[in-house]
Amino acid sequence: MSLSALTITEAHDKLRSKQVSAEELVKACIDRIEGVDGRLNAVVHTNFDAALAQAKKADKAGTFDHLLAGIPFLTKDVYDEEGVATTACSNILRAKDYKAPFDSTTIKRLKAAGAISIGKTNTDEFTMGASTETSCYGPTHNPHDTTRVAGGSSGGSAAAVAADECIFALGTDTGGSIRQPAGFCGCTGIRTTYGRTSRFGVMSMASSLDTIGPFGKTIEDLAIILQTIAGKDPLDATTGDVKVPDYRKALTGNVKGLKIGLPKEYFIAGMHPDVEKAVREAAKTLESLGATLVDISLPHTKYGVATYYVICPCEVSSNMARYDGIRYGHTVKDADNLVDYYHKVRSEGFGNEVKRRIMIGTYALSAGYFDAYYRQAQKVRSILKQEFEDAFKTVDVILSPTSPTPAFRIGAHENDPVAMYLEDVFLCAQPMAGIPASAQVCGFSSEGLPIGLQIMGPQWGEEVVLRTADAYEKATEWHRRKPNL
Amino acid sequence: MIFHYALTHPMTQLTKDQVRHIAKLARLNLTDPEVEKFTTELTSILKYIDMLGEVDTKNVEATAQVTGQTNSFREDKIYKTPLASPDELLAASPLPIASHQIETPSAHG
Repeated sequence: MSLSALTITEAHDKLRSKQVSAEELVKACIDRIEGVDGRLNAVVHTNFDAALAQAKKADKAGTFDHLLAGIPFLTKDVYDEEGVATTACSNILRAKDYKAPFDSTTIKRLKAAGAISIGKTNTDEFTMGASTETSCYGPTHNPHDTTRVAGGSSGGSAAAVAADECIFALGTDTGGSIRQPAGFCGCTGIRTTYGRTSRFGVMSMASSLDTIGPFGKTIEDLAIILQTIAGKDPLDATTGDVKVPDYRKALTGNVKGLKIGLPKEYFIAGMHPDVEKAVREAAKTLESLGATLVDISLPHTKYGVATYYVICPCEVSSNMARYDGIRYGHTVKDADNLVDYYHKVRSEGFGNEVKRRIMIGTYALSAGYFDAYYRQAQKVRSILKQEFEDAFKTVDVILSPTSPTPAFRIGAHENDPVAMYLEDVFLCAQPMAGIPASAQVCGFSSEGLPIGLQIMGPQWGEEVVLRTADAYEKATEWHRRKPNL
Repeated sequence: MIFHYALTHPMTQLTKDQVRHIAKLARLNLTDPEVEKFTTELTSILKYIDMLGEVDTKNVEATAQVTGQTNSFREDKIYKTPLASPDELLAASPLPIASHQIETPSAHG
């Protein structure tokens, strides 16, 4: 087994006991990337020289006090990192690869812990998509079947972790972009409570919904990363001043007496039978560990995607206005005047999905349509949020599939944006409520594709989510199955 | 001007002229085939999101953010070590730099 297949805790033990050096660990990840990424397209920018230099430094210091010291990781290509290209996989930032002159808060916190950044991963353009097919670098391929998508938008990070190109990775989740690819690739991931992690230095898509979070090989690894990156950040005014608990301590393996809600709206006609079977079996596994299963209803679930595809594009149309070819990014030579310059830069730089969302948002926010679309969506958002709050009065966590089907084929939704949006049917309501939700593998389809399990918790309730997810993981072996690359 | 009448129910069929107008507001140039394509796609998206109209939201407040925070203050002080220097920020621009300013195409054409 390659060293790059280690979990954080396994790698940490080997670093501490000097069985392995940080340099060997980083080299193992680089070798793996060089060996398999030609088939996956998960990694879009590399930072190998700086990573090796940092590893040597870590070895020289030799202490490895922090669990993440000397641990190599990859980051979704929307996190600013000093001196490393950050292009959001968009031609508008690719022409002259944008290199941030500063670190995002999350990168800063990970670097302070001694973790080693080795590069950037593929994503849908500005995180807009559910398959990485809108990336200007082309799609990431699923490590379990390279004719299929890895999911998205954080598909590069999910595929990289599943394929052992790194020990862990970072992603973002606005409407499912961590959970769906984690489910499709069979690794772990968590969408955090909105405001639990800092968005500073991460390119915004929909500011009231965006969250940043980790991918790992185990639930315990997610707890370790979250411990390091969570908490109030003066540079992101939306982070909450809420105490960060000891997440690893929450991983007791004990779910006795825990009430798990199974919402009927998340087990729908048309979902893949293997998905339904695996998720229901996962619920039974947790029941056998002492949890109680409760049938619940979240009746407005079916409006989640529609609500998302009003609020998100509205915020997109505003956030994308900053890409005007002046302070960074793409440029053109033949503009007649400033307005013509804006038009040319943006038309050449943005891809179709970004243009679609900018235009939907521009339309929905315009006079005469604002109340019917944006205001109405914000009101439905209140109902979705209230529905979760009511549910969490009777249950501790809610369990569902991450997606109705396993990973689909590359190109399957090429000419149908609505079909692509519906991929996130189980993932769009949680962001409306700002609640946390994890993803992990709970089985494989008859075609050998991972099936994703989602565990949702109340606002700021990452502990109970991780405790449940970890108890399930400890009782099962699915997370050990590796793709055959 | 296309948007200047208040409608209780939005139109779910966009016209090509509306798409051209939206694109202009969003500072995007569209070719004729693109107008064609986006008219179809944007209409299909609007038709889907129209389902929100069936939700009874009488007496429901709108939610703009979920943290419940009202204000978020920090000390009004200048960072001793700034995140980035003006020169570093200017270096990111694709346009010519003159006297610490970015030279853009003329605003008056």
